[in-house]
Amino acid sequence: MIKLDGVGQVFEGRAGRVQALDGIDLHVQENEFVTLIGRSGCGKSTLLRLIAGLLPPTYGGVAVAGEPVTAPRRDVSFMFQRPALLPWRSVLSNVMLPVEISGGDLDRKKYVERAHELLELVGLDGFERRLPHELSGGMQQRVSLCRSLIRRPKVMLMDEPFSALDALTRTELSEELQRIQMELATTIVFVTHSIEEAVVLADRVVVLTPRPGRLREVVEIDIPRPRSLGQNAHLTEVAQISAHLHALLAEKQAEIRPVDAR
Amino acid sequence: MTNRSWLTTSRSAAVLLPILGLVAAIALWWLAIVAFSIESFLLPTPGAVAAKFLEQPGYLLQQTWVSFLETILGFGLAIVAGVPIALLIVRSVILERLVYPLLLAVNAIPKIAIAPLLVVWWGFGQLPKVLMVLLVCFFPIVISTAQGMKSTPAELVELLRSLKAGKAQEFFKLRLIYALPQVFTGLKVAISLAVIGSVIGEFAGATEGLGYVITSSGATADVALAFAAIALLSVMSIILFYGLVLLEHLLLPWAQETR
Ligand SMILES: Nc1ncnc2c1ncn2[C@@H]1O[C@H](COP(=O)(O)OP(=O)(O)OP(=O)(O)O)[C@@H](O)[C@H]1O
Ligand SMILES: [Mg+2]
Repeated sequence: MIKLDGVGQVFEGRAGRVQALDGIDLHVQENEFVTLIGRSGCGKSTLLRLIAGLLPPTYGGVAVAGEPVTAPRRDVSFMFQRPALLPWRSVLSNVMLPVEISGGDLDRKKYVERAHELLELVGLDGFERRLPHELSGGMQQRVSLCRSLIRRPKVMLMDEPFSALDALTRTELSEELQRIQMELATTIVFVTHSIEEAVVLADRVVVLTPRPGRLREVVEIDIPRPRSLGQNAHLTEVAQISAHLHALLAEKQAEIRPVDAR
Repeated sequence: MTNRSWLTTSRSAAVLLPILGLVAAIALWWLAIVAFSIESFLLPTPGAVAAKFLEQPGYLLQQTWVSFLETILGFGLAIVAGVPIALLIVRSVILERLVYPLLLAVNAIPKIAIAPLLVVWWGFGQLPKVLMVLLVCFFPIVISTAQGMKSTPAELVELLRSLKAGKAQEFFKLRLIYALPQVFTGLKVAISLAVIGSVIGEFAGATEGLGYVITSSGATADVALAFAAIALLSVMSIILFYGLVLLEHLLLPWAQETR
């Protein structure tokens, strides 16, 4: 579904060149759940933006559904680290934004119904007419999740979507996300800072090295689904894999960071 | 504690407090005249000013209407001219560099210095006053609109791009609406300046309007009349300002809480 071939990204900034990504080869299968971990600043968000067509790669090829990516696609949704809601739109109207932007070819009424369903799913029924500033951060992030689901995307790119949520909501939403993924046969690339979340959600965990971001290791997770951040997080398998991933991340820290250490 | 919260939160207090302030100021004014026995040709009593107004309410309201029209027309023109220019400035860096210093230079000119010129060019009618209002309002409107258009958060722009929104959609569904609270900030600054602009315009040469009433009352040493005109000017300013505040509340309910 997603193909990255030798992808690299170099930013030319005022402070000089930053090699954010280098030599990324990755094939994500249809209906696969891939989580992406790596130290802060290693290029995870950049990688998602390349797949989304928000940024052209400096070199290498990016393809989604067999077509090279040159611009954003309607069947790919992007969920940002922050809720990114329009402050003047009600919850419902924020969820409907993608439909509105796609324009006339969509059956609006059907989508309004779907928006209500999605909001109910994430526990926000009754809040449809509220404005974003009347919601808590976690509630806003759930609205953002609904928005990214409204067009039934084939690919969902999610940039630390649950990092601002409390543990319980996070557990619930990640279970919901797995359910939605199975139901819609969505392909998901999910960036997270939480190693456990990465392990519990993923079919494969991709570990990036910092500066430049390269593939360090791709770890297959063979634990039967559905999995829960609540009950399964303490399984020995999860613990073992987490420990391994932790070691991978820490190893890079020791090797690359000391120059900066004061 | 309960007293304090009533004063800060209740709606009737929000109306009563400004009135209380006004009444106190008038009482102080009156007390000062009595206490220091100030001559009435220097400073009239509040009562004398009110009496002056009641002597010829039709005439004074007519003059108020003249100044009001000049103010509104100039203000409207400043919006019609200023907003598109702000949009152009935001669209193009080249244009910004070309136009911005010019705008600054024009704004730096004391408007009073231009007023007599406007009279020379366009006479004693309404046009030079409207242009003067336009001149004083233009800059704050351009600056605040441009600022507002630039303040769109990058993440929202990226969101719209990820949804494959076109340039027009990005503009109308995001940038323009996002700029509105700041546009209103500029408008509120401009509306107070607008009233001043119309008075300056009338000072330089006019046959009607509140500014004209003030200058001509100087000739006859009718201080009470001048005060009546000044009072009408400030009432007009206040009404225009709060009109904008009300409009902002109605149009941008979402902007209130996010401040
Ligand atoms: N537009 C840009 N211009 C210049 N440099 C950039 C730009 N975007 C990202 N970078 C640089 O690229 C590198 C990777 O950034 P990126 O945002 O992808 O990191 P990340 O892995 O998502 O970090 P975090 O976990 O903190 O979100 C960083 O060093 C950053 O400074
Ligand atoms: Mg990031």
